[in-house]
Amino acid sequence: MNGAADLGGMMGFGPVIGEPENEYFHADWERRALALTLAVGAAGRWSIDAGRHARESLPPGEYLTSTYYAIWIKALERLLVDAGLVGADELAVHRSLRPGVPVARVFSAADVPGVLAAGSSYLRPAGDPAQFAIGDRVRARNMHPTGHTRLPRYARGKAGVVERVHGAHVFPDTNAHGGGEHPRWLYSVRFDARELWGDDGDAGLTVTIDAWESYLEPA
Amino acid sequence: MADEVGMAARVEALESILVEKGYVEPAALDAIVETYEHDVGPRNGAKVVARSWTDRAYRERLRSDATSAIAELGFTGRAGEHMVALENTPRLHHLVVCTLCSCYPWTVLGLPPTWYKSPAYRSRAVIDPRGVLADFGVTLPDSTRIAVHDSTSEVRYLVVPMRPDGTDGWDEDRLAALVTRDSMIGTGVPMSP
Repeated sequence: MNGAADLGGMMGFGPVIGEPENEYFHADWERRALALTLAVGAAGRWSIDAGRHARESLPPGEYLTSTYYAIWIKALERLLVDAGLVGADELAVHRSLRPGVPVARVFSAADVPGVLAAGSSYLRPAGDPAQFAIGDRVRARNMHPTGHTRLPRYARGKAGVVERVHGAHVFPDTNAHGGGEHPRWLYSVRFDARELWGDDGDAGLTVTIDAWESYLEPA
Repeated sequence: MADEVGMAARVEALESILVEKGYVEPAALDAIVETYEHDVGPRNGAKVVARSWTDRAYRERLRSDATSAIAELGFTGRAGEHMVALENTPRLHHLVVCTLCSCYPWTVLGLPPTWYKSPAYRSRAVIDPRGVLADFGVTLPDSTRIAVHDSTSEVRYLVVPMRPDGTDGWDEDRLAALVTRDSMIGTGVPMSP
């Protein structure tokens, strides 16, 4: 979707302000926001892609004026309600009004190190051979789906070169909407800045994105 | 940010609802915070970089299969399942961003800093990376090309900065201490000896 999260190339946000290396949180609630998001994910009711879509679906004005963990919490509340795990009425009164429903898994403290260290691979067996190879010229499709996609607006319609082939990965555009993983080949595609940004682009700059095969056509 | 005032109460309420319903255990929440505040962070990545500087065979493995090479040092898991290492050279400087959200190599760098998730960084890194580097006090020669990597998939990127001059004969631990988090994102360079 063409939401506020798709920020590449926008202007006017001011300078980037650095931060010390060991400063991860700026309030206690941010610690809990991180932990809640990861822990409830274990319930298995939505994918990482559905989580991202919930965040990017915040109204643009709200997205751009919320801190990142606030975005996470707002999205988490929506995911919980949509999944039927929590009622909107319960969020409104700040307390539980009904017993919980059964969930696939609840993290115990003992589970945490193992689960976080295991992660979950997004690589899947490929159905068809890869359509593109390293060095191929490709063009990112000019597409504007209303649902989730990982093709940034600044790359759409632009021509680049395949730089890496990563294997077949879970396809976010379907997986975000409960439509299945539909794995497809994933490539890194490199664009010259002048292709992306015109004659004022930095001649010494390239930008590489990761793009699923269906985002691309031969160029 | 206007809504930050109410966020503490909002998150506290959400936690109590989720605990009461039996979806989360408070001790597990504590363990998650503990892991990412104290155990998993950029010192992991610094070890990978220092090893690649001192061990030629390791550097080759990091180039050909970064996920496995990083796992050799014990760093595996969430947001590090599919790793690629990007080596800086005098002629090419890598910079990593996630314009669409906040994708970041947690296993080697831990949680992303606030600026990495900010609209200021995500918007400008792909169109004006030299300006972003200037914000960090870094100026590259005009002859150094910049390769920006927008993390749009579950592949995660670790920048391997150049080894500083004047460190001949240094061991891995000493070298790792020079490797900053920002130098592994591409917004910085290692400290000088």
